[in-house]
Amino acid sequence: MSASMSIEARFAGTLGAFLLDVALDLSGTGITGLFGPSGCGKTTLLRCLAGLIRMPGGFLRVGDDIWQDGSVFLPPHKRQVGYVFQDARLFAHLSVRENLRFGLRRAHERRIGEADVIDILSLAPLLGRHPGKLSGGERQRVAIGRALLAQPRLMLMDEPLAALDRAAAHQILPKLREISAAFGVPVIHVAHDMAELERIADFLVLMRQDGRITASGPLEGMLTDLSLPIALRQEAAVVLALTSGDYDEEYGLTACVSPDLTLAIPGQLGPAGSAVRLRILASDVSLARERPQASSILNILPARILEAESPSGAHIRLVLGVGDAQVRLLCAITRKSWDTLGLRPGDAVFAQIKAVALAESR
Amino acid sequence: MWPAVALSLELATVTTCVLLLLGVPLAWALVRANSWWGEAVSALVALPIVLPPTVIGFYLLILLGPHGPLAPILAHFGLRTLAFSFPGLVIGSVIYSLPFMVQPVRNAFRELGPAPWEAALTLRARPLDAFFAVALPLAQGGIITGTILAFAHTLGEFGVVLMIGGDIPGRTEVLSIVIFNDVDTMQWGQAGVLAGGMALFSFAVVLVTFLAEKRMARLRA
Repeated sequence: MSASMSIEARFAGTLGAFLLDVALDLSGTGITGLFGPSGCGKTTLLRCLAGLIRMPGGFLRVGDDIWQDGSVFLPPHKRQVGYVFQDARLFAHLSVRENLRFGLRRAHERRIGEADVIDILSLAPLLGRHPGKLSGGERQRVAIGRALLAQPRLMLMDEPLAALDRAAAHQILPKLREISAAFGVPVIHVAHDMAELERIADFLVLMRQDGRITASGPLEGMLTDLSLPIALRQEAAVVLALTSGDYDEEYGLTACVSPDLTLAIPGQLGPAGSAVRLRILASDVSLARERPQASSILNILPARILEAESPSGAHIRLVLGVGDAQVRLLCAITRKSWDTLGLRPGDAVFAQIKAVALAESR
Repeated sequence: MWPAVALSLELATVTTCVLLLLGVPLAWALVRANSWWGEAVSALVALPIVLPPTVIGFYLLILLGPHGPLAPILAHFGLRTLAFSFPGLVIGSVIYSLPFMVQPVRNAFRELGPAPWEAALTLRARPLDAFFAVALPLAQGGIITGTILAFAHTLGEFGVVLMIGGDIPGRTEVLSIVIFNDVDTMQWGQAGVLAGGMALFSFAVVLVTFLAEKRMARLRA
């Protein structure tokens, strides 16, 4: 997608009990995670983008087209959006195949092919069935396929996995990345589960309870920004984009590499050279002044303390830079360790990574 | 007896068709309208349920009569009055049976909620297209119920028809009036046949409605 597919949105005002004050500039590629407490207006924002709500004075540009500005307001059916609702909203009187073709028949272009969508979302066995006979996960897969086949230029996903059990959600998550890569459609993905966004998002937009945007930017940078509440969560984590390297058959480990570091990950992660996204919890990273000599921990990296949370409470959270500081890790240690080791920002340390999880586990 | 049966069936069929064309869009508009006038119109539509049929008939007689407010419009079509005519009967029946069509259809649309409608709009369906492709088929249960109720209700009406149509054999004398006249003239046999037929038919109608609803519910699940 070219830069002209960028999306610019400004919505400020109240809608009933909802307050929204949002200015968004999206690059028009990849998956943008929209994260915030429930009731902060995430769904309202999506509905404004889809044209299901008209917020007076709003502005929305998608690529070169103005969808809303002053007296201009494109009705929903004239906006090329794909909307995936939390509750799927399949048409009960139509079969899966007819549901999939509902938007396709009414769209003017054919960028996204029916066969490709059926293939990626594994919908072939469901085509003849009726929505009433589908499981929650199947229903949501059909809803995603149906939205895609309406040939959207922007996908809006309103917590599509929130109503699903863990197993079903984990089956769909990797598909979402495949979809955004395969069809080049920018996706805005609303979630109230940060772990979900850590697995799939490229960008992150944080919303506050009062309907305002706290911060936005590329996911990696947002996760390691100690001024943001997401870095202070119990389960704060970073996401690393690496390339899978050689597989050590004897020990069952794959070496994942980037210019700055190499990590050994259990399991065989696809063919060498494929992109892998890893997730490291702050609580799984500990520090040592000297390189530990006899440790069971495989991944020990020389690092530098870049930033530290101002000490209060039992724990203290740090941002570590690895290599040329291109790679950042979050680390949580006790304040006692911080004082005992006499650590200060700028110090050289060794980061011991106890566990690395593959973010996009299939 | 048979002309009255035929007339009753004709009246019920025409009335039901008019009600489908009129009542379904009206039910939709009432569900979509969130303002006070939606409630006001709903109350007006439901009024025939509580109003005595003779009262409705009385006002219709004035409205459609030669000195009524519609007389100039009727004159335009070369008509003096619609009272005591088949079109007059249809108009009366439509008003009288309107709640029996609108209520179930409105409930069906309301139960559906805006969800499927919104989904259709985001899938490039124009509002009219979304109405026919999604809202109408999904409200099908309510529409079938409304159709059956409106048909049966029209078939059995008495007071309104008597007021607006009079009792002109072959033109406005419907089934229920024939039964009344039969009893009046001590023809108990014929009255019994007609009454029994109506009772059987009504039972069948209600039974079919219940079975259809049960089947719908099973399909949905």
